[in-house]
Amino acid sequence: MLEGLYQEVILDHSKRPRNFHQMPDATKRVEGYNPLCGDKLALFVKLDGDTVRDISFVGAGCAISTASASLMTETVKGKSRQEAVQMMERFHDLLTTEKPASDKLGKLAVFSGVREFPARVKCATLAWHTLKSALTDAAEAVSTE
Amino acid sequence: MAVVTEPRASASGDFPVLDQRVHGKPLVYLDNAATTQKPQMVLDAMNQFYQVDNSNIHRGVHELSERSTRHYEEARIKIQHFLNAADWREIIFVRGATEAINLVAYTYGRRHIQAGDEILITAMEHHSNIVPWQILCEEKQAILRIAPINQRGELLMDEFEKLLNPRTKLVSVVHVSNALGTINPVAEITRMAHRHGAPVFIDGAQAVAHMKVDVQALDCDFYALSGHKMFGPTGIGVLFGKAALLNKMPPYQGGGDMISSVTFAKTTYNELPYKFEAGTPNIAGTIGLGAAVDYINEIGLDRIQAYEHELLAYGTEQLERIPGLRLIGTAREKASVLSFVMEGVHPHDVGTILDREGVAVRTGHHCAQPVLEWFGVPATTRASLAFYNTRQDIDALVAGLAKVKEIFG
Repeated sequence: MLEGLYQEVILDHSKRPRNFHQMPDATKRVEGYNPLCGDKLALFVKLDGDTVRDISFVGAGCAISTASASLMTETVKGKSRQEAVQMMERFHDLLTTEKPASDKLGKLAVFSGVREFPARVKCATLAWHTLKSALTDAAEAVSTE
Repeated sequence: MAVVTEPRASASGDFPVLDQRVHGKPLVYLDNAATTQKPQMVLDAMNQFYQVDNSNIHRGVHELSERSTRHYEEARIKIQHFLNAADWREIIFVRGATEAINLVAYTYGRRHIQAGDEILITAMEHHSNIVPWQILCEEKQAILRIAPINQRGELLMDEFEKLLNPRTKLVSVVHVSNALGTINPVAEITRMAHRHGAPVFIDGAQAVAHMKVDVQALDCDFYALSGHKMFGPTGIGVLFGKAALLNKMPPYQGGGDMISSVTFAKTTYNELPYKFEAGTPNIAGTIGLGAAVDYINEIGLDRIQAYEHELLAYGTEQLERIPGLRLIGTAREKASVLSFVMEGVHPHDVGTILDREGVAVRTGHHCAQPVLEWFGVPATTRASLAFYNTRQDIDALVAGLAKVKEIFG
Protein backbone atom coordinates (compact mmCIF):
# COMPACT_ATOMS: atom_id res chain seq x y z
CA MET A 1 0.00 0.00 0.00
CA LEU A 2 2.75 2.44 0.96
CA GLU A 3 4.55 1.53 -2.25
CA GLY A 4 1.36 2.50 -4.09
CA LEU A 5 1.49 5.94 -2.47
CA TYR A 6 5.20 6.66 -2.65
CA GLN A 7 5.90 5.57 -6.20
CA GLU A 8 9.29 6.32 -7.75
CA VAL A 9 7.89 9.11 -9.93
CA ILE A 10 6.33 10.79 -6.88
CA LEU A 11 9.49 10.51 -4.80
CA ASP A 12 11.53 11.84 -7.71
CA HIS A 13 9.29 14.88 -8.22
CA SER A 14 9.13 15.57 -4.47
CA LYS A 15 12.91 15.60 -4.19
CA ARG A 16 13.54 17.41 -7.48
CA PRO A 17 10.40 19.39 -8.26
CA ARG A 18 10.17 20.65 -11.86
CA ASN A 19 9.28 24.26 -12.71
CA PHE A 20 10.17 25.14 -9.12
CA HIS A 21 10.94 28.84 -9.28
CA GLN A 22 9.33 32.26 -9.10
CA MET A 23 8.10 33.99 -12.25
CA PRO A 24 8.31 37.78 -11.99
CA ASP A 25 6.43 38.35 -15.26
CA ALA A 26 3.58 35.92 -14.52
CA THR A 27 0.05 36.92 -15.49
CA LYS A 28 -1.28 35.43 -12.27
CA ARG A 29 0.22 34.68 -8.89
CA VAL A 30 -2.06 32.69 -6.58
CA GLU A 31 -1.33 31.22 -3.18
CA GLY A 32 -2.62 27.90 -1.89
CA TYR A 33 -2.63 26.86 1.74
CA ASN A 34 -3.55 23.69 3.59
CA PRO A 35 -4.07 24.77 7.21
CA LEU A 36 -4.20 21.14 8.34
CA CYS A 37 -0.53 20.47 7.66
CA GLY A 38 0.77 23.95 6.93
CA ASP A 39 1.53 23.21 3.28
CA LYS A 40 1.89 26.45 1.35
CA LEU A 41 2.55 27.10 -2.28
CA ALA A 42 2.61 30.05 -4.63
CA LEU A 43 1.65 29.30 -8.20
CA PHE A 44 2.74 31.46 -11.15
CA VAL A 45 0.87 31.27 -14.44
CA LYS A 46 1.71 33.06 -17.66
CA LEU A 47 -1.32 33.15 -19.92
CA ASP A 48 -1.15 33.77 -23.65
CA GLY A 49 -4.73 34.35 -24.65
CA ASP A 50 -6.39 31.16 -23.54
CA THR A 51 -3.21 29.12 -23.34
CA VAL A 52 -1.06 28.38 -20.30
CA ARG A 53 2.22 29.49 -21.89
CA ASP A 54 4.29 28.95 -18.73
CA ILE A 55 3.68 27.82 -15.18
CA SER A 56 5.85 27.47 -12.06
CA PHE A 57 5.56 27.22 -8.29
CA VAL A 58 7.44 27.67 -5.04
CA GLY A 59 6.54 26.53 -1.55
CA ALA A 60 7.05 23.98 1.17
CA GLY A 61 4.99 20.86 1.58
CA CYS A 62 4.94 17.12 1.95
CA ALA A 63 6.10 14.73 -0.75
CA ILE A 64 2.60 14.27 -2.13
CA SER A 65 1.77 17.96 -2.43
CA THR A 66 5.18 18.88 -3.86
CA ALA A 67 5.14 16.05 -6.40
CA SER A 68 1.56 16.86 -7.35
CA ALA A 69 2.40 20.51 -7.97
CA SER A 70 5.48 19.55 -9.96
CA LEU A 71 3.65 17.04 -12.18
CA MET A 72 0.77 19.44 -12.60
CA THR A 73 3.03 22.15 -14.02
CA GLU A 74 4.48 19.66 -16.50
CA THR A 75 1.03 18.46 -17.49
CA VAL A 76 -0.74 21.76 -18.09
CA LYS A 77 2.07 23.74 -19.70
CA GLY A 78 0.95 24.58 -23.24
CA LYS A 79 -2.65 23.48 -22.60
CA SER A 80 -5.73 25.67 -22.92
CA ARG A 81 -7.69 26.75 -19.86
CA GLN A 82 -10.44 24.34 -20.73
CA GLU A 83 -8.01 21.43 -21.13
CA ALA A 84 -6.41 22.25 -17.79
CA VAL A 85 -9.77 22.31 -16.02
CA GLN A 86 -10.75 19.01 -17.65
CA MET A 87 -7.48 17.48 -16.48
CA MET A 88 -8.21 18.71 -12.97
CA GLU A 89 -11.58 16.99 -13.05
CA ARG A 90 -10.04 13.72 -14.23
CA PHE A 91 -7.42 14.00 -11.50
CA HIS A 92 -10.05 14.70 -8.87
CA ASP A 93 -12.06 11.66 -10.00
CA LEU A 94 -8.94 9.54 -9.77
CA LEU A 95 -8.44 10.48 -6.13
CA THR A 96 -11.99 10.51 -4.87
CA THR A 97 -14.08 8.06 -6.89
CA GLU A 98 -14.06 4.40 -7.81
CA LYS A 99 -14.34 5.21 -11.51
CA PRO A 100 -11.67 3.55 -13.65
CA ALA A 101 -8.75 5.91 -14.21
CA SER A 102 -9.02 7.98 -17.36
CA ASP A 103 -6.46 6.97 -20.01
CA LYS A 104 -5.85 10.67 -20.63
CA LEU A 105 -4.18 11.19 -17.25
CA GLY A 106 -0.70 10.35 -18.47
CA LYS A 107 1.91 10.60 -15.71
CA LEU A 108 -0.73 11.80 -13.26
CA ALA A 109 -1.96 8.21 -12.98
CA VAL A 110 0.84 7.61 -10.44
CA PHE A 111 -1.38 9.34 -7.89
CA SER A 112 -3.99 6.57 -7.99
CA GLY A 113 -2.56 5.18 -4.73
CA VAL A 114 -3.58 8.34 -2.87
CA ARG A 115 -7.19 7.16 -2.97
CA GLU A 116 -6.33 4.61 -0.29
CA PHE A 117 -5.15 7.42 2.00
CA PRO A 118 -8.14 9.75 2.47
CA ALA A 119 -6.20 12.03 4.82
CA ARG A 120 -3.76 12.72 2.00
CA VAL A 121 -6.18 13.60 -0.80
CA LYS A 122 -5.98 17.27 0.15
CA CYS A 123 -2.21 17.17 -0.19
CA ALA A 124 -2.53 15.97 -3.78
CA THR A 125 -5.25 18.42 -4.75
CA LEU A 126 -3.84 21.63 -3.20
CA ALA A 127 -1.91 22.63 -6.33
CA TRP A 128 -4.88 21.89 -8.59
CA HIS A 129 -7.28 23.94 -6.46
CA THR A 130 -4.78 26.76 -6.66
CA LEU A 131 -4.55 26.41 -10.45
CA LYS A 132 -8.31 26.45 -10.78
CA SER A 133 -8.39 29.68 -8.86
CA ALA A 134 -5.70 31.16 -11.10
CA LEU A 135 -7.63 30.20 -14.22
CA THR A 136 -11.06 31.29 -13.07
CA ASP A 137 -10.37 34.66 -11.49
CA ALA A 138 -11.47 33.42 -8.06
CA ALA A 139 -10.11 34.67 -4.76
CA GLU A 140 -6.40 35.39 -4.51
CA ALA A 141 -5.59 32.79 -1.82
CA VAL A 142 -6.90 29.28 -1.89
CA SER A 143 -7.41 27.09 1.12
CA THR A 144 -8.26 23.41 1.07
CA GLU A 145 -10.33 23.80 4.25
CA MET B 1 19.79 3.11 32.69
CA ALA B 2 17.74 1.63 35.53
CA VAL B 3 14.31 0.47 34.53
CA VAL B 4 11.45 1.85 36.56
CA THR B 5 8.69 -0.72 36.79
CA GLU B 6 5.51 0.00 34.94
CA PRO B 7 3.08 1.74 37.30
CA ARG B 8 0.53 -0.98 36.66
CA ALA B 9 1.28 -4.40 35.26
CA SER B 10 0.01 -4.56 31.66
CA ALA B 11 -1.78 -1.26 32.10
CA SER B 12 -2.80 -1.31 28.46
CA GLY B 13 -5.20 -4.16 29.34
CA ASP B 14 -7.37 -1.60 31.12
CA PHE B 15 -7.93 0.23 27.83
CA PRO B 16 -10.10 -1.73 25.37
CA VAL B 17 -9.20 0.48 22.40
CA LEU B 18 -5.52 -0.36 22.70
CA ASP B 19 -6.22 -4.02 21.99
CA GLN B 20 -6.48 -3.89 18.21
CA ARG B 21 -4.50 -4.14 15.03
CA VAL B 22 -4.19 -1.25 12.60
CA HIS B 23 -3.23 -2.04 8.99
CA GLY B 24 -2.41 -5.53 10.24
CA LYS B 25 0.02 -4.30 12.91
CA PRO B 26 -0.58 -4.07 16.67
CA LEU B 27 -1.70 -0.52 17.51
CA VAL B 28 0.98 1.62 19.14
CA TYR B 29 -0.82 4.70 20.38
CA LEU B 30 1.54 7.65 20.75
CA ASP B 31 -0.89 10.53 20.33
CA ASN B 32 -1.75 11.08 23.98
CA ALA B 33 -1.23 14.83 23.88
CA ALA B 34 -4.13 15.00 21.41
CA THR B 35 -6.30 12.75 23.50
CA THR B 36 -5.76 9.84 25.87
CA GLN B 37 -7.55 6.51 25.73
CA LYS B 38 -10.29 5.65 28.24
CA PRO B 39 -10.03 2.78 30.73
CA GLN B 40 -12.91 0.31 31.10
CA MET B 41 -13.66 1.91 34.48
CA VAL B 42 -14.55 5.22 32.83
CA LEU B 43 -16.65 3.55 30.14
CA ASP B 44 -18.48 1.55 32.80
CA ALA B 45 -19.24 4.62 34.89
CA MET B 46 -20.75 6.41 31.91
CA ASN B 47 -22.72 3.34 30.86
CA GLN B 48 -23.99 2.93 34.40
CA PHE B 49 -25.26 6.48 34.33
CA TYR B 50 -27.16 6.07 31.07
CA GLN B 51 -28.39 2.54 31.78
CA VAL B 52 -29.38 2.93 35.42
CA ASP B 53 -29.38 6.48 36.73
CA ASN B 54 -30.10 8.77 33.78
CA SER B 55 -31.98 11.84 34.93
CA ASN B 56 -31.50 15.57 35.10
CA ILE B 57 -29.79 17.00 38.17
CA HIS B 58 -30.45 19.58 40.88
CA ARG B 59 -34.22 19.71 40.46
CA GLY B 60 -36.06 16.42 40.53
CA VAL B 61 -37.44 15.05 43.75
CA HIS B 62 -37.45 11.54 42.39
CA GLU B 63 -34.95 8.79 43.07
CA LEU B 64 -33.14 8.89 39.72
CA SER B 65 -32.60 12.62 39.92
CA GLU B 66 -31.23 12.30 43.41
CA ARG B 67 -28.79 9.60 42.30
CA SER B 68 -27.66 11.60 39.26
CA THR B 69 -27.20 14.73 41.34
CA ARG B 70 -25.22 12.82 43.95
CA HIS B 71 -22.89 11.24 41.36
CA TYR B 72 -22.44 14.56 39.58
CA GLU B 73 -21.53 16.37 42.78
CA GLU B 74 -19.30 13.51 43.94
CA ALA B 75 -17.29 14.01 40.77
CA ARG B 76 -16.80 17.65 41.76
CA ILE B 77 -15.43 16.60 45.15
CA LYS B 78 -13.08 14.13 43.44
CA ILE B 79 -11.74 16.92 41.24
CA GLN B 80 -11.43 19.22 44.24
CA HIS B 81 -9.20 16.68 45.97
CA PHE B 82 -7.39 15.87 42.73
CA LEU B 83 -6.31 19.51 42.40
CA ASN B 84 -6.25 20.09 46.15
CA ALA B 85 -8.59 23.06 45.87
CA ALA B 86 -9.61 24.60 49.20
CA ASP B 87 -13.32 24.48 48.46
CA TRP B 88 -15.59 22.41 46.18
CA ARG B 89 -17.30 25.61 45.07
CA GLU B 90 -14.09 26.55 43.27
CA ILE B 91 -14.55 23.69 40.78
CA ILE B 92 -16.56 24.73 37.71
CA PHE B 93 -17.45 22.17 35.08
CA VAL B 94 -16.93 23.34 31.50
CA ARG B 95 -16.45 21.65 28.12
CA GLY B 96 -12.69 21.64 28.33
CA ALA B 97 -9.63 23.79 28.96
CA THR B 98 -10.48 25.92 25.92
CA GLU B 99 -13.85 26.85 27.36
CA ALA B 100 -12.25 27.52 30.76
CA ILE B 101 -9.91 30.06 29.17
CA ASN B 102 -12.73 31.66 27.22
CA LEU B 103 -14.87 31.83 30.35
CA VAL B 104 -12.20 33.78 32.22
CA ALA B 105 -11.47 35.99 29.21
CA TYR B 106 -15.14 36.86 28.80
CA THR B 107 -16.01 37.37 32.46
CA TYR B 108 -12.94 38.30 34.48
CA GLY B 109 -11.32 39.84 31.41
CA ARG B 110 -14.25 41.95 30.31
CA ARG B 111 -14.77 43.29 33.81
CA HIS B 112 -11.17 44.02 34.76
CA ILE B 113 -9.15 44.63 31.61
CA GLN B 114 -9.13 48.20 30.33
CA ALA B 115 -7.53 50.14 27.50
CA GLY B 116 -3.74 50.12 27.84
CA ASP B 117 -3.70 47.16 30.25
CA GLU B 118 -1.43 44.25 29.47
CA ILE B 119 -1.99 40.51 29.40
CA LEU B 120 1.17 38.41 29.51
CA ILE B 121 1.42 34.97 27.90
CA THR B 122 4.40 32.96 26.62
CA ALA B 123 5.77 32.15 23.19
CA MET B 124 4.86 28.47 23.59
CA GLU B 125 1.11 28.77 24.07
CA HIS B 126 -1.51 26.64 22.34
CA HIS B 127 -3.83 28.68 20.11
CA SER B 128 -6.51 28.33 22.80
CA ASN B 129 -4.37 30.35 25.20
CA ILE B 130 -3.65 33.01 22.58
CA VAL B 131 -6.83 33.68 20.64
CA PRO B 132 -9.27 34.38 23.55
CA TRP B 133 -6.80 37.00 24.84
CA GLN B 134 -6.36 38.48 21.37
CA ILE B 135 -10.13 38.87 21.09
CA LEU B 136 -10.27 40.48 24.52
CA CYS B 137 -7.34 42.80 23.80
CA GLU B 138 -8.87 43.90 20.52
CA GLU B 139 -12.17 44.65 22.22
CA LYS B 140 -10.60 46.52 25.14
CA GLN B 141 -7.63 48.02 23.31
CA ALA B 142 -5.38 46.20 25.72
CA ILE B 143 -1.96 44.79 24.82
CA LEU B 144 -0.93 41.14 24.57
CA ARG B 145 2.69 40.63 25.64
CA ILE B 146 4.64 37.50 24.78
CA ALA B 147 7.39 36.17 27.06
CA PRO B 148 10.22 34.70 24.96
CA ILE B 149 11.79 31.22 25.10
CA ASN B 150 15.27 29.82 24.43
CA GLN B 151 16.48 27.24 21.89
CA ARG B 152 15.55 24.40 24.22
CA GLY B 153 11.99 25.68 24.42
CA GLU B 154 12.33 26.98 27.99
CA LEU B 155 10.77 30.19 29.19
CA LEU B 156 13.38 32.92 29.78
CA MET B 157 12.46 33.78 33.35
CA ASP B 158 14.49 37.00 33.45
CA GLU B 159 12.73 38.26 30.36
CA PHE B 160 9.41 37.10 31.76
CA GLU B 161 9.96 39.10 34.94
CA LYS B 162 11.00 42.18 32.98
CA LEU B 163 7.68 42.11 31.13
CA LEU B 164 5.72 42.32 34.40
CA ASN B 165 4.74 45.87 35.29
CA PRO B 166 1.87 47.76 36.94
CA ARG B 167 -0.15 47.58 33.71
CA THR B 168 0.01 43.74 33.71
CA LYS B 169 -3.53 42.75 34.69
CA LEU B 170 -3.37 39.03 33.92
CA VAL B 171 -0.75 36.36 33.29
CA SER B 172 -1.77 33.20 31.43
CA VAL B 173 0.74 30.40 30.90
CA VAL B 174 0.71 26.80 29.84
CA HIS B 175 1.80 24.31 32.51
CA VAL B 176 3.13 21.72 30.02
CA SER B 177 3.55 22.71 26.37
CA ASN B 178 1.66 20.43 24.00
CA ALA B 179 4.07 21.06 21.13
CA LEU B 180 7.37 20.87 23.05
CA GLY B 181 6.68 19.07 26.32
CA THR B 182 8.30 21.88 28.35
CA ILE B 183 7.18 21.98 31.99
CA ASN B 184 6.97 25.61 32.99
CA PRO B 185 7.97 26.68 36.52
CA VAL B 186 4.41 27.73 37.28
CA ALA B 187 4.91 28.21 41.04
CA GLU B 188 7.74 30.67 40.41
CA ILE B 189 5.77 32.34 37.61
CA THR B 190 2.84 32.79 39.99
CA ARG B 191 5.02 34.27 42.74
CA MET B 192 6.56 36.75 40.30
CA ALA B 193 3.20 37.76 38.85
CA HIS B 194 1.66 38.18 42.30
CA ARG B 195 4.51 40.46 43.34
CA HIS B 196 3.30 42.71 40.53
CA GLY B 197 -0.32 42.30 41.51
CA ALA B 198 -1.32 40.23 38.47
CA PRO B 199 -3.52 37.15 38.83
CA VAL B 200 -2.34 33.97 37.11
CA PHE B 201 -4.19 31.54 34.87
CA ILE B 202 -2.55 28.16 34.26
CA ASP B 203 -3.56 26.01 31.29
CA GLY B 204 -3.04 22.54 32.73
CA ALA B 205 -4.53 20.51 29.87
CA GLN B 206 -1.24 18.68 29.18
CA ALA B 207 -0.12 18.46 32.81
CA VAL B 208 -2.77 16.70 34.86
CA ALA B 209 -2.30 13.20 33.38
CA HIS B 210 1.41 13.30 34.06
CA MET B 211 2.07 15.00 37.40
CA LYS B 212 0.48 15.94 40.70
CA VAL B 213 -1.06 19.41 40.65
CA ASP B 214 -1.78 21.29 43.87
CA VAL B 215 -3.49 24.60 43.17
CA GLN B 216 -3.04 25.78 46.76
CA ALA B 217 0.68 25.10 46.71
CA LEU B 218 0.96 26.82 43.31
CA ASP B 219 -1.22 29.65 44.62
CA CYS B 220 -2.51 30.18 41.06
CA ASP B 221 -5.76 32.07 40.61
CA PHE B 222 -7.17 29.91 37.83
CA TYR B 223 -6.32 26.43 36.57
CA ALA B 224 -7.87 24.67 33.58
CA LEU B 225 -7.98 21.04 32.54
CA SER B 226 -9.62 18.87 29.87
CA GLY B 227 -11.10 15.51 30.88
CA HIS B 228 -10.22 13.73 27.65
CA LYS B 229 -6.51 14.35 28.13
CA MET B 230 -6.59 12.54 31.49
CA PHE B 231 -8.36 9.29 30.50
CA GLY B 232 -11.82 10.82 30.81
CA PRO B 233 -14.40 11.52 28.10
CA THR B 234 -14.42 14.39 25.62
CA GLY B 235 -16.65 17.41 26.19
CA ILE B 236 -15.93 17.79 29.88
CA GLY B 237 -13.30 19.89 31.60
CA VAL B 238 -12.73 21.95 34.68
CA LEU B 239 -12.04 25.54 35.57
CA PHE B 240 -10.61 25.99 39.03
CA GLY B 241 -10.79 29.56 40.29
CA LYS B 242 -10.19 31.11 43.68
CA ALA B 243 -13.58 31.73 45.23
CA ALA B 244 -12.81 35.39 45.95
CA LEU B 245 -12.22 36.03 42.25
CA LEU B 246 -15.06 33.86 40.96
CA ASN B 247 -17.51 35.60 43.27
CA LYS B 248 -16.65 38.95 41.79
CA MET B 249 -16.95 37.76 38.20
CA PRO B 250 -20.16 38.19 36.19
CA PRO B 251 -21.78 35.01 34.83
CA TYR B 252 -20.52 33.55 31.54
CA GLN B 253 -23.76 32.30 30.02
CA GLY B 254 -27.36 32.77 31.05
CA GLY B 255 -29.80 29.90 31.43
CA GLY B 256 -31.03 27.26 33.80
CA ASP B 257 -29.14 26.30 36.96
CA MET B 258 -27.15 29.55 37.03
CA ILE B 259 -29.96 31.58 38.61
CA SER B 260 -31.61 31.75 41.99
CA SER B 261 -34.74 33.52 40.83
CA VAL B 262 -35.96 35.09 37.64
CA THR B 263 -38.54 37.76 37.09
CA PHE B 264 -38.79 39.84 33.95
CA ALA B 265 -37.52 42.76 35.98
CA LYS B 266 -34.52 41.16 37.62
CA THR B 267 -32.64 37.90 37.86
CA THR B 268 -30.62 36.88 40.89
CA TYR B 269 -27.64 34.70 40.05
CA ASN B 270 -26.96 31.44 41.80
CA GLU B 271 -24.04 30.87 44.15
CA LEU B 272 -20.76 29.28 43.13
CA PRO B 273 -20.16 27.04 41.30
CA TYR B 274 -23.60 27.03 39.65
CA LYS B 275 -23.37 30.66 38.61
CA PHE B 276 -21.05 29.43 35.83
CA GLU B 277 -22.90 26.24 34.90
CA ALA B 278 -25.84 27.39 32.79
CA GLY B 279 -28.03 24.74 31.20
CA THR B 280 -28.13 20.99 31.72
CA PRO B 281 -24.47 20.06 32.01
CA ASN B 282 -22.58 17.10 30.56
CA ILE B 283 -23.67 14.82 33.40
CA ALA B 284 -22.37 11.54 31.95
CA GLY B 285 -19.10 13.21 31.02
CA THR B 286 -18.69 14.61 34.51
CA ILE B 287 -19.30 11.20 36.05
CA GLY B 288 -16.82 9.69 33.57
CA LEU B 289 -14.27 12.31 34.58
CA GLY B 290 -14.82 11.41 38.23
CA ALA B 291 -14.10 7.77 37.36
CA ALA B 292 -10.94 8.84 35.52
CA VAL B 293 -9.76 10.59 38.69
CA ASP B 294 -10.43 7.39 40.65
CA TYR B 295 -8.46 5.43 38.07
CA ILE B 296 -5.48 7.81 38.21
CA ASN B 297 -5.54 7.77 42.02
CA GLU B 298 -5.58 3.98 42.03
CA ILE B 299 -2.31 3.95 40.10
CA GLY B 300 -0.79 7.04 41.70
CA LEU B 301 0.53 10.11 39.92
CA ASP B 302 3.92 9.77 41.65
CA ARG B 303 4.42 6.38 40.03
CA ILE B 304 3.07 7.59 36.71
CA GLN B 305 5.45 10.53 36.76
CA ALA B 306 8.51 8.47 37.66
CA TYR B 307 7.75 5.88 35.00
CA GLU B 308 7.00 8.38 32.26
CA HIS B 309 10.11 10.36 33.11
CA GLU B 310 12.22 7.35 32.37
CA LEU B 311 10.23 6.37 29.29
CA LEU B 312 10.73 9.88 27.92
CA ALA B 313 14.47 9.65 28.61
CA TYR B 314 14.59 6.32 26.78
CA GLY B 315 12.64 7.74 23.84
CA THR B 316 14.87 10.82 23.69
CA GLU B 317 17.98 8.66 23.68
CA GLN B 318 16.64 6.40 20.93
CA LEU B 319 15.51 9.26 18.71
CA GLU B 320 18.75 11.19 19.14
CA ARG B 321 20.61 8.24 17.61
CA ILE B 322 18.77 8.65 14.31
CA PRO B 323 20.89 10.66 11.85
CA GLY B 324 19.11 13.70 10.44
CA LEU B 325 16.49 13.76 13.20
CA ARG B 326 16.15 16.97 15.20
CA LEU B 327 14.14 17.10 18.40
CA ILE B 328 12.04 20.26 18.72
CA GLY B 329 11.79 21.05 22.43
CA THR B 330 14.63 19.85 24.63
CA ALA B 331 13.78 21.58 27.91
CA ARG B 332 15.50 20.21 30.99
CA GLU B 333 12.09 19.93 32.65
CA LYS B 334 9.94 18.04 30.20
CA ALA B 335 6.99 15.67 30.12
CA SER B 336 5.42 13.26 27.65
CA VAL B 337 6.26 14.88 24.34
CA LEU B 338 8.78 13.87 21.65
CA SER B 339 8.38 16.41 18.87
CA PHE B 340 10.82 16.16 15.95
CA VAL B 341 11.61 16.84 12.32
CA MET B 342 13.56 14.62 9.92
CA GLU B 343 15.84 16.00 7.27
CA GLY B 344 14.32 15.77 3.81
CA VAL B 345 11.00 14.28 4.89
CA HIS B 346 7.86 16.24 5.63
CA PRO B 347 6.12 15.27 8.92
CA HIS B 348 2.96 14.45 7.02
CA ASP B 349 4.78 11.73 5.10
CA VAL B 350 6.36 10.47 8.32
CA GLY B 351 2.90 10.25 9.89
CA THR B 352 1.43 8.28 6.98
CA ILE B 353 4.27 5.77 6.94
CA LEU B 354 4.17 5.31 10.73
CA ASP B 355 0.41 4.81 10.54
CA ARG B 356 0.91 1.90 8.14
CA GLU B 357 3.22 0.42 10.77
CA GLY B 358 0.45 0.69 13.36
CA VAL B 359 2.09 3.67 15.10
CA ALA B 360 -0.29 6.60 15.75
CA VAL B 361 1.43 9.98 16.04
CA ARG B 362 0.36 13.53 15.38
CA THR B 363 1.83 15.58 12.56
CA GLY B 364 1.32 19.25 11.89
CA HIS B 365 1.58 22.44 13.89
CA HIS B 366 -0.27 21.08 16.94
CA CYS B 367 -2.37 24.25 17.22
CA ALA B 368 0.76 26.07 18.31
CA GLN B 369 1.87 27.77 15.08
CA PRO B 370 3.76 30.66 16.72
CA VAL B 371 6.14 28.41 18.63
CA LEU B 372 6.87 26.23 15.58
CA GLU B 373 7.50 29.36 13.56
CA TRP B 374 9.97 30.40 16.24
CA PHE B 375 11.80 27.10 15.75
CA GLY B 376 11.69 27.69 11.99
CA VAL B 377 9.65 24.62 11.10
CA PRO B 378 6.13 24.59 9.61
CA ALA B 379 5.26 21.27 11.23
CA THR B 380 6.67 18.46 13.35
CA THR B 381 5.98 14.83 14.00
CA ARG B 382 4.93 14.43 17.62
CA ALA B 383 4.94 11.23 19.65
CA SER B 384 3.33 11.81 23.04
CA LEU B 385 3.37 9.31 25.88
CA ALA B 386 0.99 8.12 28.54
CA PHE B 387 1.76 5.73 31.39
CA TYR B 388 0.38 2.76 29.41
CA ASN B 389 3.11 3.16 26.80
CA THR B 390 6.20 0.98 27.01
CA ARG B 391 9.73 0.77 25.70
CA GLN B 392 8.40 -1.58 23.03
CA ASP B 393 6.20 1.27 21.80
CA ILE B 394 9.26 3.50 21.46
CA ASP B 395 11.05 0.68 19.64
CA ALA B 396 8.10 0.39 17.24
CA LEU B 397 8.35 4.14 16.60
CA VAL B 398 12.06 3.87 15.90
CA ALA B 399 11.49 0.89 13.57
CA GLY B 400 8.81 2.90 11.78
CA LEU B 401 11.23 5.78 11.31
CA ALA B 402 13.72 3.34 9.76
CA LYS B 403 10.99 2.49 7.27
CA VAL B 404 10.59 6.21 6.54
CA LYS B 405 14.29 6.39 5.73
CA GLU B 406 14.02 3.32 3.56
CA ILE B 407 11.30 4.92 1.44
CA PHE B 408 12.75 8.40 1.31
CA GLY B 409 16.36 7.22 1.08
